[in-house]
Amino acid sequence: MRITCPLCGERDRREFYYLGAKDYLNRPEEGDTEAMHRYLHIRSNPTQVTQDLWQHEAGCSAWIEVERNVTTHEILSVKLVNEAAP
Amino acid sequence: MVDLVAKSPCAGLLPLTLGGLTLRELNYGAVFSVSPFKDKSADVSKALQKSLGAGLPDIGRVLAGASGEVIWTGQGQYFVRAVKLPKLPAAISDQSDGWACVTLEGKGALDVLARLCPLNLQAMKEGEVARSLIGHMTAIIILRSGGVDVMVFRSMAVTLVHGFERVMRSVHAQRGL
Repeated sequence: MRITCPLCGERDRREFYYLGAKDYLNRPEEGDTEAMHRYLHIRSNPTQVTQDLWQHEAGCSAWIEVERNVTTHEILSVKLVNEAAP
Repeated sequence: MVDLVAKSPCAGLLPLTLGGLTLRELNYGAVFSVSPFKDKSADVSKALQKSLGAGLPDIGRVLAGASGEVIWTGQGQYFVRAVKLPKLPAAISDQSDGWACVTLEGKGALDVLARLCPLNLQAMKEGEVARSLIGHMTAIIILRSGGVDVMVFRSMAVTLVHGFERVMRSVHAQRGL
């Protein structure tokens, strides 16, 4: 599997670390226990297109959002989580 | 006053020559990691340009100036090789002596690296830099006119030289077949 890092270009999968669903970007307000429970533990498990957080750990260190089809392994889009820094 | 003796990361390990290939240690001198504060990249670049003759390079590039060199080393991070830095609106840390810096020269250098690194180095041009892996180590890889510079954490120096030596021996031996 190859992932195209928006900064470094196409790289081998071994350079990347997988975190999980991009839901991790939407942290709920402090004190909302039910929302925090859902944020931490409740995930859907789709068979087709997923949006996940990866980090180019052995490369530029950028966090990226990868949209891919887990059935066909096709990668549909990759974008930076933090667009600000080059 | 105690007179301390400086010991380079690869002391006693390099240089190593096999066939037409040579791996030798580089002294990168003083190296600073510079991460510009939010929206301050332009100011940092201007100050470096004035002081070293080289501003912040584009992604994956190295810029050399009259009194220093600026290397892109990741998202929002640069390594500056200079004896002294100007005042910069950036997070700065001293990386001098923290990295083992080696260069591989000679015909077939890219064949050796092809076995150690998942990068397509054939597609890289002189003056380009990439963050990638050498074996299991994260590295900074720079394509120079004379060869390929590789930087890894200082603590990995022995592993780095061991990895290179094994592959250099193999590439050299297979050429003789």
